[in-house]
Amino acid sequence: MRFVDEYRDPALARRVAEELAALAAGRERMRVMEVCGGHTHTIYRHGIEDLLPENVELVHGPGCPVCVIPMGRVDDAIAIAERPGVTFTTFGDMLRVPGGRGTLLEAQARGADVRVVYSPLDALRIARETPEREVVFFGIGFETTAPSTALTLLRARAEGIENFSVFCNHVLVNPAIRAILESPDERIDGFIGPGHVSTVIGTRCYAFVAAEFGRPLVVSGFEPLDVLESLLMVVRQLADGRTEIENQYTRVVRPEGNERALAAIAETMTERETFEWRGLGWIERSALGLSPAFARFDAELRFPLRGDRVEDPKACQCGEVLRGAIKPWECKVFGTACTPERPIGTCMVSSEGACAAYYNYGRVARRRAPAPA
Amino acid sequence: MEEREREVLERIERARRRPARLRDEVITLAHGAGGSASRTLVEALFAAELDNPLLAPLADSAVLAAPAGARIATTIDASVVTPLEFPGGDIGSLAVSGTVNDLAMVGARALALTAAFVIEEGFAVERLRRIVASMAAAARVAGVPVAAGDTKVVERGKADGLFIATAGVGAVRDGIELDPAGIRPGDRVLVSGTLGEHGMAIMLARGDLALEAEIVSDAASLGGVVDRVLDACGPAVRCLRDPTRGGLATVLNELARAAGASIALDEAAIPVRPEVAGACELLGIDPLYVANEGKLVAVVAPEAVDAALAALRADPLGARAAVIGEVRAEPPGMVLLETAFGGSRVVDLLVGNPLPRIC
Repeated sequence: MRFVDEYRDPALARRVAEELAALAAGRERMRVMEVCGGHTHTIYRHGIEDLLPENVELVHGPGCPVCVIPMGRVDDAIAIAERPGVTFTTFGDMLRVPGGRGTLLEAQARGADVRVVYSPLDALRIARETPEREVVFFGIGFETTAPSTALTLLRARAEGIENFSVFCNHVLVNPAIRAILESPDERIDGFIGPGHVSTVIGTRCYAFVAAEFGRPLVVSGFEPLDVLESLLMVVRQLADGRTEIENQYTRVVRPEGNERALAAIAETMTERETFEWRGLGWIERSALGLSPAFARFDAELRFPLRGDRVEDPKACQCGEVLRGAIKPWECKVFGTACTPERPIGTCMVSSEGACAAYYNYGRVARRRAPAPA
Repeated sequence: MEEREREVLERIERARRRPARLRDEVITLAHGAGGSASRTLVEALFAAELDNPLLAPLADSAVLAAPAGARIATTIDASVVTPLEFPGGDIGSLAVSGTVNDLAMVGARALALTAAFVIEEGFAVERLRRIVASMAAAARVAGVPVAAGDTKVVERGKADGLFIATAGVGAVRDGIELDPAGIRPGDRVLVSGTLGEHGMAIMLARGDLALEAEIVSDAASLGGVVDRVLDACGPAVRCLRDPTRGGLATVLNELARAAGASIALDEAAIPVRPEVAGACELLGIDPLYVANEGKLVAVVAPEAVDAALAALRADPLGARAAVIGEVRAEPPGMVLLETAFGGSRVVDLLVGNPLPRIC
């Protein structure tokens, strides 16, 4: 594939890996968190950990949008989906995420009209074509997917489509990074910053990571060579004793982000005072709800919701995995009670989830890159 | 009897002797009721299109001769596909190739197929004729007759247009025992061509991806390809599989478990068309898990690998055949992949359907 193969060149990968090994040689263990689930997926899919020196460790962060949705919200989604007359639309990943009362896939099997869409605009189209149905879109994801939900809301209002609403669960990446940095068991030396999110929010907003917490952050693209190069940039900062916000993904990400996308979000959504994250608990100003001007498209106002809070299962250590405090295999139930077939925690559900990625791709003794001679 | 009356009765008799003509535009419950509408549908559509001497008597069973002493293989395949017609084939051609291939994978040449059609009330007769004609064409290419059949019509909403169940019998070649238990460390793994085309063609044909690409299903009968490989390598072929639902990854996991061995793949050697790779990339789907309907996986003894590859490539359906990996002793039951990037990963069984990722 043109424009992709260039970023998957094994010879270049070896060169970057050698440079990384030389920089890391003789240093203390370095723990680098990739915040974004897309990076986790790339790391496992291409076996990047095989190319790393022993003392450089990747920690898989909270950036899997499916993984951070608390069980109570999944239950609310199922309750909406099971209402008569409702067509509930969602991205495919959400179907298998367990709430306290099962999954959307099970609700679908019981007869709920649950449909997988690839864009909120598909949900709006369904609303347009079936005016007799109440069409609800399950809005999830970070600032990456929030703009498309925002644009869909603007279009729904412009077209006067009344049978469309959004169950908004969009979350914000920076409050999550801050929560991780403030948690007592945190042990991260640097960050690989999200790529797609940064195309929207830019890179300036990460300044606090360096200024307040003294950690380097490098915004990265999603090809394996992007991730490897970003890791090299983080390790180089650590070796040089620098803490800066750097941008490896310059072919896409601008410091100021995408102003039109941000404007669309600002027009349709407002920050919630607080929001519960699976595993991380309640984080202030960490999520988006619909703004008052779009209240009539808000599924939370349109349908009575119980809004129950469901405790994460006791055995589940998703929170510690998401904070990088433990590796997936260190969780008590990993691979035994919690598997991709029967997930207990959400990290096991999406292929971007740290546990599922490790279970599917990583379960072999790693062959580490040899130390440079 | 008056001259006039005799003329009328003769005319009726002549009309009754004429071959049945199907004038209906849609299938109704009457076509499944067993009366004259049923007979008309069978004679004027199914028998006319599938036209062969075994089917012609329209008896309760077809009677066929088996080669003396041959072991008989039997299989059945239920075809349910949405949409019914897609680039590269339709449910009719798929029903034939699916069953022929299931027989071929145990080293059997198909002798005859039988097919049961479950049709939803309201189905367009022209569309049914098109699909049955396509089935007949696929059967001719595969050199196997559809020797018997059955038709049921169900009420609207009780079926998704058309379902076809296709059974087949075949004669297993002498001296051939294809069994994954015979797989040994050192054996090589081959595929007969590029992967993922059927599954991606279907996904795109469903039209809800807002993605356009020229991807055509690979649906094809592999009897001829299997003949070439078995002719060239004989018992050095350990086993054959067609990587349909679940794709290459699923088939290799089954083989690794059955053989108690490990399969090591070389990602760079696995043939995938750029259109398929591109569409998979956009959707976050791994082509190793996408269905094929005209490809086979062969595990062969190391000394036979060149002959097997040459035999596959000699057939137009195997032109892009490749050696993609080898069998190792450790770790047993697992499939590992050396990535093109230079790393490695486990290729495990997939849970549920492949679902596109969010971002």
